[in-house]
Amino acid sequence: MSPFSGALAPAAGEISAAAATGTFTQMWLLIALPLLGAAILLLLGRRTNAWGHWVGVLMSLGSFAIAVSIFLKMMQESGGNRAFTQHLFQWISVGSFQVPFDLRIDQLSMVFVLLITGVGTLIHIYSVSYMSHDRERRRFFGYLNLFVAAMLLLVLADNYLVLYVGWEGVGLASYLLIGFWFYKETAAVAAKKAFVVNRVGDVGLSVAVMLMFVTFGSVTFEGVLASAPKASQTSLTLIGLALLLAACGKSAQFPLQSWLLDAMEGPTPVSALIHAATMVTAGVYLIARSNAIFNAAPTAQTAVIIIGAITLIMGAIIGCAKDDIKKALAGSTMSQIGYMVLAAGLGPIGYVFAIFHLLTHGFFKATMFLGAGSVMHGMNDQVNMRRFGALRTVMVVTTVTFFAGYLAILGIPPFAGFYSKDKIIESAFAHSTLVGLVTLVGAAITAFYMTRLVAMTFLGKARWPDDAHPHESPAMMMIPVSILAVLSTVSGFLLLHNNWIVNWLEPVVGFEEPVLGFNVNILQYGTLAIVLISAALGYVLYARRPVPQVAPVGSLLTQAARADLYGDAVNEAVFMRPGQYLTRFLVWFDNKVVDGAVNGSAALLGGLSGRARRTQNGFARSYALTMLGGAALVIVALVLVRL
Amino acid sequence: MNPANYLYLSAILFSLGAVGVLVRRNAIVMFMCVELMLNACNLAFVSFSRINGNLDGQVIAFFVMVVAAAEVVVGLAIIMTIFRTRRSASVDEANLLKY
Amino acid sequence: MSTFPWLLALLIVPLIGAAIVMFLPKNSPALAKQFGLVVSLIVFALTVGMALQFVTAQAADFQFTQSFSWIPAFGVNFSLGVDGIALVLIAMAACLVPVVMLAGWNDVDGSQGSVRGYVALMLVLEAAIVGVFAATDLFLFYVFFEAMLVPVYFLIGRYGGPRRNYAAVKFLLYSLFGGLLMLASLIGLYVVSARMTGVGTFDFTTLAHLNIDPDTQKWLFLGFFIAFAIKAPLVPFHTWLPDAAAESTPGTAVLLVGVLDKVGTFGMLRYCLELFPDASRWATPVVIALAVVGIIYGALVAIGQSDIKRLIAYTSVSHFGFIALGIFVMTSRGQSGSALYMVNHGFSTAALFLIAGFLISRRGSRLIEDFGGVQKVAPILAGTFLVAGLSSLALPGLSSFVSEFLVLVGTFERYRWIGVVATLGIVLAALYILLMYQRTMTGPTPDEVGERVTDLRGREVLAIAPILVIIVVLGFYPQPVLDVINPAIDRVMHAVNASNPAPEVAPVAEGTQP
Repeated sequence: MSPFSGALAPAAGEISAAAATGTFTQMWLLIALPLLGAAILLLLGRRTNAWGHWVGVLMSLGSFAIAVSIFLKMMQESGGNRAFTQHLFQWISVGSFQVPFDLRIDQLSMVFVLLITGVGTLIHIYSVSYMSHDRERRRFFGYLNLFVAAMLLLVLADNYLVLYVGWEGVGLASYLLIGFWFYKETAAVAAKKAFVVNRVGDVGLSVAVMLMFVTFGSVTFEGVLASAPKASQTSLTLIGLALLLAACGKSAQFPLQSWLLDAMEGPTPVSALIHAATMVTAGVYLIARSNAIFNAAPTAQTAVIIIGAITLIMGAIIGCAKDDIKKALAGSTMSQIGYMVLAAGLGPIGYVFAIFHLLTHGFFKATMFLGAGSVMHGMNDQVNMRRFGALRTVMVVTTVTFFAGYLAILGIPPFAGFYSKDKIIESAFAHSTLVGLVTLVGAAITAFYMTRLVAMTFLGKARWPDDAHPHESPAMMMIPVSILAVLSTVSGFLLLHNNWIVNWLEPVVGFEEPVLGFNVNILQYGTLAIVLISAALGYVLYARRPVPQVAPVGSLLTQAARADLYGDAVNEAVFMRPGQYLTRFLVWFDNKVVDGAVNGSAALLGGLSGRARRTQNGFARSYALTMLGGAALVIVALVLVRL
Repeated sequence: MNPANYLYLSAILFSLGAVGVLVRRNAIVMFMCVELMLNACNLAFVSFSRINGNLDGQVIAFFVMVVAAAEVVVGLAIIMTIFRTRRSASVDEANLLKY
Repeated sequence: MSTFPWLLALLIVPLIGAAIVMFLPKNSPALAKQFGLVVSLIVFALTVGMALQFVTAQAADFQFTQSFSWIPAFGVNFSLGVDGIALVLIAMAACLVPVVMLAGWNDVDGSQGSVRGYVALMLVLEAAIVGVFAATDLFLFYVFFEAMLVPVYFLIGRYGGPRRNYAAVKFLLYSLFGGLLMLASLIGLYVVSARMTGVGTFDFTTLAHLNIDPDTQKWLFLGFFIAFAIKAPLVPFHTWLPDAAAESTPGTAVLLVGVLDKVGTFGMLRYCLELFPDASRWATPVVIALAVVGIIYGALVAIGQSDIKRLIAYTSVSHFGFIALGIFVMTSRGQSGSALYMVNHGFSTAALFLIAGFLISRRGSRLIEDFGGVQKVAPILAGTFLVAGLSSLALPGLSSFVSEFLVLVGTFERYRWIGVVATLGIVLAALYILLMYQRTMTGPTPDEVGERVTDLRGREVLAIAPILVIIVVLGFYPQPVLDVINPAIDRVMHAVNASNPAPEVAPVAEGTQP
């Protein structure tokens, strides 16, 4: 424990940083390498089809190597001096609106960089084999590299506007990858939906950045976060809520959660990398990074906790009812990120554990998604768990690795989730019993649906379709999965060993020891007991009893959960339908009323002159009569005036 | 003789011409009526010249004659052409230039 | 500063080129196109030369000034000069004309008008555009303002789609209506200047320093503003734009929407604000309301369009709302953002119209429902279209983002809620672009599309690539353009006597100046 932590010492993180020297000046390469890879693969096109995927792997691997070298160098520095900035160029400058294109690497970004490049590289390798039958594998790797570059920019940015570039950059990569099989209508629609819903969150980020500028006159981390305590409560609360909206979009939190389940239309490695391990956790990063603002705005913190709690339960319930293995995992992802967001809302007692859980979740959820990919690979891209069953007999490696992830998410010691999730539950109870209970309920439901998932997939009796010949996936896929499985097993223990993760992150995000009103051990054993009971229930229901191949109708709650708790229905009823009517009305209005007024006045003028020209009837004698009449009128007028 | 009588005559001739233009359909007749009106004007000009004792009216009468001659040249040519193409000199049938 | 008459050269070279094109042999259209391309490239080279000579430190002043007495009886001079804003707009136009020539190489081959006429009209239009941005005499500005209509009228009316006559006449009448109002105000301004100084003048700098009575300003302002609002176009004066853009060839649409319409917003920024500062402040609430309505309304109507070109035209209505908003919020962020937006919008709309043009000419239909799955048969076309679309929806990292965000920040500084409402426009922007992309480029490929739509060819890639490069470069490195714009914006801000609101918390002394 750092001597600075405690009730009296300032709990907020420090934001000052030194200019980068030596190894740290290579941080721009972290982004540049995958960006170069994306450029090569996307611009050179088909010419690179034969070897393009290896370029992708190499660039990601290179980035990882640099990340490791920077990490080792950073370990040698002392705790308060591990933040470095690098000025690349002046991006925007209008009067006092100064936005330098600066990068920053500190303990917080470091762990993210390692996660992104590390898991990213493993998934790149996995994809080489997974996508080998796809004619457009090269394009896939181009997008993956683009994603890695954008995600690294997001976490390495030194101000909120550069962060915004990465933020939308990952959104773009996510859009491209969800819609990778664009010829499927559903994939294209899901991709668009993801981008648009994320844009709603981006409005939050935009507004937050603008609020920061009008409040602090700056958008850099240092300019904003260092002055945060000086700003008014209203401004801080508004900034906090706007940032929360942004986080909701990117991290699929209520009420912007609906895109994540549809996003499973993308190839499975994408789901593992983007929609489980990295991108969807960007919201947590944003909140943790802006800790100074949230610490000073309790209302915003409460909102963060509420959103996290709602999503945590919602995701878990949805996970219970899905028969599509990827969607069940997606519900689980929502729920787990709900945990992280909730933890981030707890303040200094939670930031560190939010990030800790984010890391372990990155490992175990990637393991399970890749495992699901391996299952689909062996089952002709079947995703319906009701047609799986007993796969443990034919897919041994997949089963073993999947179980590592499964035990980790359940929080069974000594798997990774045990350490990280327990810490969050502990912090939640330290905050208030109600929040604590929510996390506990979440843990129970998690145990149930995850048991249901593994039971339906790997245990029980085989319910395979006739043409399916399940087989183990090639080593190229299973080696990365195995590495991730090992990490899912040991990372929790290693990261928390000697409080390493706490000491490492504390200078950036601050830390306060959560203080419980009762013995921690009671909580730990209690949680474990609840989880085990819940898992046993799941085992009895789905492994011991036969699973029907067609889903039974189920209770009202099951039906609701199958329909994503009516999130889409609400969106459709509240936004889409009225929006469609509105646009239709406005198109009509524009054509008929606005343009109608223009055309109408033209028609009016034309009509009048049409009448008027009727007097030109072509009869010379009637013209003569008109002339005579005119002449008479003139004479009469002259006479009258004379008089 | 009272010069005013010439003016009365001129007015009568002008009216006759005007009525002729209005009621007759034959282009030649209408044309002659126009000439009648022009000459009625000439008579009035000459009369005024006599009454006022200067030559202005007579000068203008010459102008009118010149213009009338030019008009006859162009007008008769047009009427001839119309007659050739339509076998008729009725002005009511030659109303293509309406609207 | 060199004494080479850059602006005069920019004005004369395309005109001479146009005259020569008309004397080229009638039966070799390729020669006319090649010659036109060469002339427009010469103009571009001249513009680059001029831009290199431009002194950034004095970007607020008119540079490369030249003045000849034209109608001394009314104090009319043929005066040219550019400040930073005019320079970047001329540069954008000079860059777009060769691109348009190259991209639309075969667009007019089958039309009723002659190819050399098309090339000549394009060059005349380029000269008029240079003139309208470079004029520093209001009468000269007016002459160029109206002169632009002539080539555009013929470009739409002779080389356009099935309803070209309707569109051309509508465009002409609308513009003339605005132009005549401006003429009335212009004469009024001359009379006012004659009364106040004893000598009537049309010189911009002199007029900008007159302190005209606020009530008089209002009337004069209205004449100018309505002309510019029609040109820009602001809602509700916008309905000519979709017709004109949809019926004209892609090249004409690019110059019309990308360049010509900028005269409207450029005019608001330079003429309305600087000549009539009091009236501008008086009109601010109304203009901002129109602009915000335009942003949302244009976007919503765009979402509901079934015709690709009309959709793009309506997105421009939304974007012009942003530009007008930035100008009238009277902050340097807003105005610099708007000036930059004019440039960026020119490029992103150009890319959209040109690629949509490639697509439409292949399929032979403008209706979105006739497309689908194009990405499968024409990946390069689809990819470039996506980049252009992303630029239009202001994706960070592409050029429009910088300007749109500056406008939003500038708005937010002064009017919080209006800033928030305008920000909602970015969601709608994502919808209209991605819906169009989804419906045309993804999904199953219908047979007609599979048979007819081929991928981009060398010439087309060559035409579109520079624009996309500019879009990306300006997205990450807009500072050179901003450096040129900022001093001129400071001049405008000074003229309207506006200052930026201060932040709530005084920023830490870290080299940041207010």
